[in-house]
Amino acid sequence: MKIIVLVKQVPDTEEERRLDPVTGLLDRGANECVADEINERALEVALRHRDANKGTEVVALTVGPASATAVLRKALSMGADSAVHVVDDLLEGADIAATARVLAAAVQQAGFDLVVTGNESTDGRGGVVPAMVAEHLGLPLLSSLNTMEITPERVAGEATVEAGNLTVSALLPAIVSVTERSAEARFPNFKGILTAKRKPLATLSLEDLGVIPHGGGANSTVLTVSERPARTAGKKIVDDGTAAKDLADFLVASRLI
Amino acid sequence: MFELSEDQQAMVAMVRDFANEALAPNAAKWDETKHFPVDVLAEAGTLGMGGIYIQEQFGGSGLTRSDAVLIFEELAKADPTIAAYISIHNMVVWMIDSFGNTEQRAQWVPQLASMEALGSYCLTEPGAGSDAAALATKAVRDGDEYVLNGVKQFISGAGSASYYLVMCRTADTGSRGITAIVVPAETPGLSFGANEKKMGWNAQPTRQVILENVRVPVANRLGEEGGGFGIAMKGLNGGRINMGACSLGGGQTALDKSVAYLKDRQAFGGPLINQQALLFQIADMETELVSARTLLWRAAEALDRGAPDAVKLCAMAKQVATDAGFSVANRAMQLHGGYGYLSEYGLEKIARDLRVHQILEGSNEIMRLVVGRSVAGA
Repeated sequence: MKIIVLVKQVPDTEEERRLDPVTGLLDRGANECVADEINERALEVALRHRDANKGTEVVALTVGPASATAVLRKALSMGADSAVHVVDDLLEGADIAATARVLAAAVQQAGFDLVVTGNESTDGRGGVVPAMVAEHLGLPLLSSLNTMEITPERVAGEATVEAGNLTVSALLPAIVSVTERSAEARFPNFKGILTAKRKPLATLSLEDLGVIPHGGGANSTVLTVSERPARTAGKKIVDDGTAAKDLADFLVASRLI
Repeated sequence: MFELSEDQQAMVAMVRDFANEALAPNAAKWDETKHFPVDVLAEAGTLGMGGIYIQEQFGGSGLTRSDAVLIFEELAKADPTIAAYISIHNMVVWMIDSFGNTEQRAQWVPQLASMEALGSYCLTEPGAGSDAAALATKAVRDGDEYVLNGVKQFISGAGSASYYLVMCRTADTGSRGITAIVVPAETPGLSFGANEKKMGWNAQPTRQVILENVRVPVANRLGEEGGGFGIAMKGLNGGRINMGACSLGGGQTALDKSVAYLKDRQAFGGPLINQQALLFQIADMETELVSARTLLWRAAEALDRGAPDAVKLCAMAKQVATDAGFSVANRAMQLHGGYGYLSEYGLEKIARDLRVHQILEGSNEIMRLVVGRSVAGA
């Protein structure tokens, strides 16, 4: 079985993240860039299946700038067998729809039985990439699974919905996205780090994938970007015997109660 | 020369993630409750930390001493005590892997490198510390066995470890009459003293190891009879730079906390960092740590190369780094004022933990003896 895990490089959530006010794009120089934690959980799910089932192949795949190689190296050091990096200047500023189109083309070219990914990146937070990829490929999507079980023909799992839990399954090939409740990602060990360099890492351009870019990477246009206003000091209530009423009035006025 | 390779950066990043998640949030609690976290050590073992600079053949990670000091510094940023125990354990595994025969290595290294089994190093005795060649624990040959009698003092991991690497006297010929013998925990006649009450290093047990007519097969001897002192000294070179690295890690955390505190703490109309007298303290602390780190990396590189001056450099680096680490931690407490004295702020624990690094793995006085003798050619 061949499992492709979609991974993504994102700015570290430990620090404040910024958009460039001129270009409207993410300021990649402002933060340390790390592997998105949600995709590491997706990778962990795939690796656990691989560890228990001989003959399973796990491929990490990303669409991103040259620096995103680091994320693939980390996936390889955690145990992925090989990696695919789609990198192309034409993809600068690619939006969700454009990225999903490229991802779909890339996984299709690589061939797979199952694609696993995080349900929502910590930077864009669109949460629709897995569905878009599935739509492009005409394959079933199991979305936001907390648990996941893979058998030779099927993938199944549980997802939390507003009213309760869903138990879902699909025939392979399929696309699955996982939540933060899924597997806790392992740390790479020293051996994994040292052997990661020797594993295959393919670099592909849009031309290699046969994807014709239209209008740069994005299908949408960012009109303006404005910085979040600085937080202002809150209202202080001094208790002169009416503090409780003042507080209640404040909460009502703010529609908090 | 001083730029970390991509692999080293990846290793440091992994160790930092592990230490931040598994060690840092628990360090204060383990210190307070004197808890030795063998489960967390086993987790470190799965990441390759039980045999960092041990050959890969029987499960070691096959890294260099230069890699190891980076790893120990990173672990110690989160908890110097656990980092230091992992150093001691690595020293034991390295001795077995370097001086053991193939059968011994195949038998012991895999379980030690994975940290499923822990190791203790037994050199010091109640009456023999710095003068290690004067040790009195006896091993008497009786057919295919040695019979061990004696007491070992200040033994890290004692009572929890599965294997004890015991330096014993097999002949009354000073340092040439010492032999290294591996004693499994379950051997009859082996017992342990009470867990010592001590200033720091509370998250690892320190006990006497008591040997009363302990019988082990001759096959448990590492190397030749009389070769023990050489093994002990060679192992300590690595132990010394590791301990220096542990001091740097603790010192670095103390410095980082101090910078953050001085920038935040308001007094006399502004943040304390604006007081030049305090800023200069920060500068001195940073300079001391970077100076020590530079020497430590040089010593590690010399040990990797087997350079003739490696012993001297390791001794120098151990002294400088352990002095720097404690001195920085102690001043960090002062910079925090009364808060530095409270356990909650984590400064006093670092100072308590690092203080012993100036005493053990060869006291800093012995380091001067090693350096002085090397310089004087005596």
